[in-house]
Amino acid sequence: MSTPTARPTPDPLTPILSRTWGAERSWSLETYLEHGGYDGLKAALAQDPADVVATVKASGLRGRGGAGFPTGMKWGFLPPPDGGPRYLVVNADESEPGTCKDIPLMLASPQLLIEGVAITSYAIGCDHAFIYVRGEVLHVYRRLLRAVEEAYAAGYLGKDVQGSGFDLDVTVHAGAGAYICGEETALLDSLEGLRGQPRLKPPFPAVAGLYARPTVVNNVESVASVPAIVAQGADWFTSMGTERSAGHGLFSLSGHVVRPGQYEAPLGITLRELLDMAGGVRDGNALKFWTPGGSSTPLFTAEHLDTPLDYESVAAAGSMLGTRALQIFDETTCVVRAISRWTDFYAHESCGKCTPCREGTYWLKQILRRVEDGTGTEADLDVLLDTCDNILGRSFCALGDGATSPITSGLQYFRDEFEAHITGRGCPFDPAASALFDHTPRRARQVQTAGAH
Amino acid sequence: MTTDTGYDAETRARLTADADQIVARYPQARSALLPMLHLVQAEDGYVSRHGILFCADHLGITAAEVSAVATFYTQYKRHPNGTYTVGVCTNTLCAVMGGDAIFDELADHLGVGHDETTDDGAITLERVECNAACDYAPVVMVNWEFFDNQTPSTATQLADRLRAGEQVAPTRGAASVCSFKQMSRVLAGFSDGRADEGVGAGGPTLVGLRLAEDNGWSAPSGSQAEAAGPADAAGPAQGAGAAAGEAAVGEEQSSAEREPETPADSATGAKPGTPEGEPDASKGAGA
Repeated sequence: MSTPTARPTPDPLTPILSRTWGAERSWSLETYLEHGGYDGLKAALAQDPADVVATVKASGLRGRGGAGFPTGMKWGFLPPPDGGPRYLVVNADESEPGTCKDIPLMLASPQLLIEGVAITSYAIGCDHAFIYVRGEVLHVYRRLLRAVEEAYAAGYLGKDVQGSGFDLDVTVHAGAGAYICGEETALLDSLEGLRGQPRLKPPFPAVAGLYARPTVVNNVESVASVPAIVAQGADWFTSMGTERSAGHGLFSLSGHVVRPGQYEAPLGITLRELLDMAGGVRDGNALKFWTPGGSSTPLFTAEHLDTPLDYESVAAAGSMLGTRALQIFDETTCVVRAISRWTDFYAHESCGKCTPCREGTYWLKQILRRVEDGTGTEADLDVLLDTCDNILGRSFCALGDGATSPITSGLQYFRDEFEAHITGRGCPFDPAASALFDHTPRRARQVQTAGAH
Repeated sequence: MTTDTGYDAETRARLTADADQIVARYPQARSALLPMLHLVQAEDGYVSRHGILFCADHLGITAAEVSAVATFYTQYKRHPNGTYTVGVCTNTLCAVMGGDAIFDELADHLGVGHDETTDDGAITLERVECNAACDYAPVVMVNWEFFDNQTPSTATQLADRLRAGEQVAPTRGAASVCSFKQMSRVLAGFSDGRADEGVGAGGPTLVGLRLAEDNGWSAPSGSQAEAAGPADAAGPAQGAGAAAGEAAVGEEQSSAEREPETPADSATGAKPGTPEGEPDASKGAGA
């Protein structure tokens, strides 16, 4: 083997989390063990918990749920043990539009998450962990329940895990349909049996989280990345990615692309490289706009094809890496329609706790709808920006901020197209052209009729 | 346990036994409320008045407190649901790829709109938000099982089969779709033993993995793990903890910690406000 300092450049794709997804009965414990499953937990249990935390800190792993906060540092924020309970809560409420990585991970390889939960719990001194999975994915919930059952039976969960003296219970909890519960404090309220509304911070969950006890809330992909880091070491992880965006991640391509799907690569790969692997934009069409990390991250265009998809480079280009949810839209797509629909989503999902978000998203929705159907005015575009300005940074949580991202970035890059809807008194695009199948849209016929008089 | 919830004694006893099992999963009883509301839907097909009273009585909270929670979440139905919820994703990506056309076709075909149920009680049609299957767009969910890559004609055929009482199989899920009540019981945490049915992954889930295999691409070799195992793996942890740790993470100058410079910086990526970018947490922590 070469020395650590002479590591070769990693391959373009690095299947680690996705490595076993294609195996026969990939979700079973038996298959997972055949592929080296639970080696990470065995390695962890042979160490002091503080050393496990140190390894994850050294790896530079950053939260894969969107915000990118260093995972090991988050663990380190827990106050010293006081004899009372400490909790790990896994955020498996994946609902950010465009984001589709945690759900297939849990469907194909739930044991990977359970192993990560066991290691993380051991590291932070938790003996009861929770997995909060959105309620709208029935089979994923079945697989998680079964995975926990199998892990208990094999001694990877329960009393005296693998003879280590460490006890761990895991409860898999189904939500009931609310995007806001992906916000970590809303998730905790929901898990406590309340309406899912964000809490005022501080105190942060590390200090007063679930049942007001010290709590770590981590995303599924973050937790699932832990076993390999512990088994193979921090240096192995940092041999992928960039200096400050270390490691690998799932890049989820969707939309107008020839081969949509999950591409696991070192952070820092570009959309151009990913599109090459994915067969390019469909029908040889031109790329019009895309999201680097879900609908809450400002839009990018073809000018960002070579932006390295790491936290720093994406931020420097004016967006956020988010969840690496790369939604690709080609030239047939009306950007006003796309943004109007995302805005409907934010208005629907606003929890109603704070005024800027509750009222603001309501009005953004009304204005965008009239701009889209050709009854808006030039002044509406300024009202949109002014409303965004009154939401951004003034909302209780980041849902409101996210709602403004597509609008402000959309107007930045495509103001002409918004204006064309106003001056042309209607949408200049044929929605049928952007669909993946041939059809005659019913709504378009109605719009044409309405516009005739 | 004296409130008259409206359930007969036998039903009440059965629900109480189930609710006791749910409560036992949590350190605090109130955490059982969401699964208990799923349990009520498994009994009645929606969150009934009886069910609300039962939850309140069992958890020692008021009916108003239960209603406040039940009305917050979209999966809790306030009137009797059809045997099957057919949900068409009309969030932006699916809508543009054809979800709007699928919804319009289904609404026309079934003669119902959003959150309405067909006269035969078979189907409740819904517009649903992003369901984390964007690489399979456009997506239709039936009782929250995945029907991938749909078209207006596949969706109407699916609806016809459901109304005819035929068994239908999701693209990625159990071997057949269960009823709304059966689904609700699973969501309350009671396994139906069907986890081993269906595929592990669909094509798009595996597309990157297959491409890597075809090209011989893989993760860097894990020399430590392959060479030795636990003892060796512990080495770098101890060695790197203090030194490499800070350098690699860049705690002070991490982008997660810098001040927002653009609107983009203030907008959280993924889920609204996923946790993290809150360095202040350290102030309350002794570690």
